[in-house]
Amino acid sequence: MLKLKSWRSVVAGLGVVAMAMALSYGAVRADGHEKLKVGFVYVSPIGDAGWTFQHDLGRKAIEEKFGDKVATTYVESVAEGPDAERVIRQLAADGNQLIFTTSFGYMNPTIKVAKQFPKVTFAHSSGYKRADNVSTYLARFYEGRYLAGIIAGKMTKSNTLGYVAAFPIPEVVRGINAFARGVRSVNPDAQVRVVWVSSWYDPGKEREAAETLIAQGADVLMQHTDSTAVVQAAQDRGVFAVGYHSDMSKYGPKAHLTASTHVWDQFYIDKVQAVIDGTAKSDDTWGGLGAGMVQMSPLGDMVPEDVRKLVEAARGEIAAGNLHPFAGPVLDNKGETKVPEGQNITDKGLLTMQFYVDGVVGDLPK
Amino acid sequence: MDGFETTINILVGTIRAGTPLVFAALGELITEKAGVLNLGVEGMMLVGAVSGFIVTVLTGSPYLGILAAIAAGVLMALIFGGLTQFLLTNQVATGLALTIFGVGLSAFIGLNYIGTPIQGLQPIAIPGLSEIPVIGPLLFNHDFLIYLSIALLVLVSWFLYKTRAGLILRAVGESHDAAHAIGYSVVKIRLLAIMFGGGMGGLAGAYLSLVYTPQWAENMTAGRGWIALALVVFATWRPARVLIGAYLFGGITILSLHVQAAGDSVSSALSIIPNPVGEWILAVINSSHLLATLPYLATVVVLALISRDATKIRLNAPASLGRPFHPGA
Repeated sequence: MLKLKSWRSVVAGLGVVAMAMALSYGAVRADGHEKLKVGFVYVSPIGDAGWTFQHDLGRKAIEEKFGDKVATTYVESVAEGPDAERVIRQLAADGNQLIFTTSFGYMNPTIKVAKQFPKVTFAHSSGYKRADNVSTYLARFYEGRYLAGIIAGKMTKSNTLGYVAAFPIPEVVRGINAFARGVRSVNPDAQVRVVWVSSWYDPGKEREAAETLIAQGADVLMQHTDSTAVVQAAQDRGVFAVGYHSDMSKYGPKAHLTASTHVWDQFYIDKVQAVIDGTAKSDDTWGGLGAGMVQMSPLGDMVPEDVRKLVEAARGEIAAGNLHPFAGPVLDNKGETKVPEGQNITDKGLLTMQFYVDGVVGDLPK
Repeated sequence: MDGFETTINILVGTIRAGTPLVFAALGELITEKAGVLNLGVEGMMLVGAVSGFIVTVLTGSPYLGILAAIAAGVLMALIFGGLTQFLLTNQVATGLALTIFGVGLSAFIGLNYIGTPIQGLQPIAIPGLSEIPVIGPLLFNHDFLIYLSIALLVLVSWFLYKTRAGLILRAVGESHDAAHAIGYSVVKIRLLAIMFGGGMGGLAGAYLSLVYTPQWAENMTAGRGWIALALVVFATWRPARVLIGAYLFGGITILSLHVQAAGDSVSSALSIIPNPVGEWILAVINSSHLLATLPYLATVVVLALISRDATKIRLNAPASLGRPFHPGA
């Protein structure tokens, strides 16, 4: 027994040495300088469309831009919670000097690991806790949804628009309201109906929610969930849909008006450059159309020229800062003034939004 | 939108949402009637879903895809069958392992097929009959798998209660020692029952990936395999009650979506119900989380009601359920 045990430890020891050699070999460049190692933690598989897919495009943009000056790694399908902490710590221990954690539930694990690795730079997406070596970043998705609302308001014939939503948190409510404001800016008679599916990802339930909205008369569907089931349902039932995260046109070529997408390439490149230059500091990035972090995918052929012009004009105005999707007066759907005339909503107002604006039907679930 | 059409829509949605549960639960029912508890339904469904999808992409025929899904489900079940029937492993642990394995395996083999669009199975409108108002769209305008689910239900009922083979299967589930003593091959019969359960699980998966939402996505069953398992108990091992349970579960899911989409008109309709009941219902509707739990809640409540009657459970539950059988013992 003893013999066996020692034999095992020898093998294990050899394995560790070999691994360490392999790792250090991979990290040393020909000129002797170390590559910058950049790690990514993803909440879902990369797949073909969606939240993680967009972040992975950003990772690829880094590789493209910096070539052999960087080495990126990613870990996908990491559950939020204790598992995330283990993965993040492992990435830091493996010598990654910059780590992007791309889901809200990674917030506390990121802060915790960041304390133990003060020399590593962390960037966490969609959270609100920062530290000396932890930045936060997110995109102003609602700007894209406002533009989608303009298209939907122009394309609808029934004046009923359907919205498949995940959970009633400010992020999602903000998107619904921005969409409704966009719709109302071109079509004061249209109404937005919302169905909550209580899941970010359940293709079956998203599909049923879409069918339900169509049955209730909706002829343009919008989604704040992750699968492509809504676009598919629209295609099958002959109505329009707006995709989310990525261009989803191949799932419903006749239905897909556009998609509100998020693009992280430039943000990731800038962050890597800052770490290489040694100028990285803890900050909060919340970029929208202006910064290119939110973009609309190419508009479908069914969108007429005048609507294209309208959208392009609004895009330019928002990007330039002349138009705010929540410019006062903002009324909730009970008639109460939430933002007075002549003012824009504050970022704090956006981050804590818990009401439906005028144009959305029903009561916001608590 | 008039209320009548909405009702039809809700009912049609109910049938669609309930059908994968009918398949999976019928398969598990036969397995359990033979005295075997297979908790791997979710895993078998996922492997069925991904296999059916891949074969449909490769051949262009959803019908071949369905056959492939059934075959894949049977293969998964055979892993379970081999382990539990020949190596006498613990059925609960093996079933759980099968689900975990199925989740991983399906994700792995489906990796290159995420996001591939396909033409799913289309509904078959039965000429003439589908034109009848109300009954037409409700009963005669579905994809062929929905008709198949009803046919299988009848077949399973008939098999269990009207045939000699069904009697033998139930005998094995009640007392494997007695069945063995009079010369039936317990292991062989159980293996066949397990394979049937696997095939039905695969079929349920194919319904999801080829009809319900024609796409492959990791973990797309979203827990429906577990609901199917609960439905078997819910139905006290009676095939017809499986159908009722599945439609009840599907119906409440669909209804909760419709209630939300209708929004204000529902709250005004509810105002005729006297308080506090009306207020209470409104509070549930206004909480999407509560609304989403309703189908599960309803299942739990019915399960609790059924379990109160202990004799009923004892009369219907196969007496040897989950117990390993060793011929030499």
